[in-house]
Amino acid sequence: MSSHILVNKIENLSSEKVDHPTAAVPARPRAWLAVLTLWQREVVRFLRQRNRIVGALGSPVVFWLLIGSGLGRSFQPPGSTVPISYLEYFFPGTLVMILLFTAIFSTISVIEDRREGFLQAVLVSPAPRWSIVMGKIMGGTTLAWMQGLLFCLLAPLSGIDLTLGRFAELVGIIFIISFGMTGLGFLVAWPMDSTQGFHAIMNLFLIPLWMLSGALFPAAGAPSIIRWIMLANPVTYAVSAVRSVFYDDMAAVAGGGLPGGAVSLVVSVLFALAMFAACVLLANRPGPGVQARGGGKHR
Amino acid sequence: MSSTENPIRVEHLSHHYGRRQALVDVSFDVPAGKIFALLGPNGGGKTTLFKILCTSMVPNGEAAILPASDMKAGKMPALQTGRATICGYDVLTDPHAVRCCLGVVFQHPSLDGKLTVRENLRHQGHLYGLSGARLEARIDEMLARFRVADRAGDRVETLSGGLARRVDLAKGLLHAPRVLLLDEPSTGLDPHARWELWQLLDACRRQDNLTILMTTHFMDEADRCDCVGIIDGGRLVAVGSPAELKAQIAGECLHLQSDDPDGLTHGLKERFSLSPAIVGGTVRIEHPSAHELIPKIVEAFPDRITAVSLSRPTLEEVFMRHTGRRFEDAA
Repeated sequence: MSSHILVNKIENLSSEKVDHPTAAVPARPRAWLAVLTLWQREVVRFLRQRNRIVGALGSPVVFWLLIGSGLGRSFQPPGSTVPISYLEYFFPGTLVMILLFTAIFSTISVIEDRREGFLQAVLVSPAPRWSIVMGKIMGGTTLAWMQGLLFCLLAPLSGIDLTLGRFAELVGIIFIISFGMTGLGFLVAWPMDSTQGFHAIMNLFLIPLWMLSGALFPAAGAPSIIRWIMLANPVTYAVSAVRSVFYDDMAAVAGGGLPGGAVSLVVSVLFALAMFAACVLLANRPGPGVQARGGGKHR
Repeated sequence: MSSTENPIRVEHLSHHYGRRQALVDVSFDVPAGKIFALLGPNGGGKTTLFKILCTSMVPNGEAAILPASDMKAGKMPALQTGRATICGYDVLTDPHAVRCCLGVVFQHPSLDGKLTVRENLRHQGHLYGLSGARLEARIDEMLARFRVADRAGDRVETLSGGLARRVDLAKGLLHAPRVLLLDEPSTGLDPHARWELWQLLDACRRQDNLTILMTTHFMDEADRCDCVGIIDGGRLVAVGSPAELKAQIAGECLHLQSDDPDGLTHGLKERFSLSPAIVGGTVRIEHPSAHELIPKIVEAFPDRITAVSLSRPTLEEVFMRHTGRRFEDAA
């Protein structure tokens, strides 16, 4: 281990001249350096906890294969003119589910950071709050983005014609969707002090959002109340943004009632920006966000 | 900041959570290069003061939301009057400047267990704007100084409590702050680790003229500091060096246990013109030569006294003198 030898050398050097500490003048805080370092930490932590990869990528793939091949050709979206297997219809929805799961689960680490004490030190550092939020969200976004792209490689299995050009489009679109989803997870996780609470919100709120997004069934043919919820649901636009990449005429394949590709992309970008702004506002607010577990322990 | 101003100043600081007053008109200064101990029972206000000083207690205009641990009590406004400055910067109006010159070590290590010692320090350096070769050199210096260089590549979750505390201290001092705040630094440390921690803190103070404020509920820890502030019920009841505080006690302290402390107190006032006080159920007397009083008192009240103890002035006695309670009863 050459690094150990180096460390020992420096130790010997510094013990000789211990009266003259280096770096006595602190540097000025640099916001983007803080973003980068927190971003890197998220990715490193993820790679050191391998079971998280299986959890986020594995179960949606199994859902997709079982439900998709089980329903097979017994599914025909209303208004579609081209026959489609359910495996193919369900593919964009599964992709968004992977993004949602990875993004949301990566923000659970906000709660862990608070409980384990890491966050309290970050919050008393001079790094601006927006950079802390940005670092955290970029970390989760990167994880979701990479897993989403990995899953895209399975698209040809469902019969989708995945060209290089389409994949390139997905690189950008999946990033935008991941950023918005991670922001949503951050908003939910920041005020919480237990992961149990997070799971409750996840089951009651986020999974229904995903179900009513066109991931499982198209809007056409659903009762009008459901159609309205679907149109108000940001996840709908994420699913449509992905689906529109795969087809020249999305409605002909996936049925009507879903927003078009351009609208979906614009809504997804706006959603991502809105989530980031809301996260920064939340993190700047004094209160539980500023508070670490500190004094609560011995009460 | 001017060179003459004290690095930590607290002036008439009061803090309320709703109707409960956590701090009442607290004022004290810590001169450069001194170690100040905030000694008090849990719930006495020292955690609130610590949070205010490390900029994590921010009243939001007229109201702030309580810490998550206090949420049961509902959302009550947190109000603050008076001011606290670190290196001349107000913790409320200029938290950014305060954070730049402040190092904080929390009661529970703020380290990421999944990362190595060096990675933890590197992230910390980046948050404070240090990077590259300068940062690595500084990390090496701090690892050597806190004698954790041989564990630099190990994940923090594999370290013992004492080692993690040292890494946390290295992390808190990485950006060479002028002021260090420590919250209950001895928590969870064995006697040897505590002794080591003290050697390191003392060295930092001497070498870098570091100003240190720590909260503690250990008398012996407070006794080693240059200055002690005793805080109870949100009030700073006494401030001074341990020697000054102990000198407030005239001579020695006598504690008499009795089945009838009120009657005994009354008798002592009448027969010996003493001014005893009842503290935690025992009768307490301060007297220049209390040991000479023992035979006289025991003879005068043979059936009223069950036990007698004599003590030299300690911080424990100082606490009793100012609060009328035993420290352990207060906690």
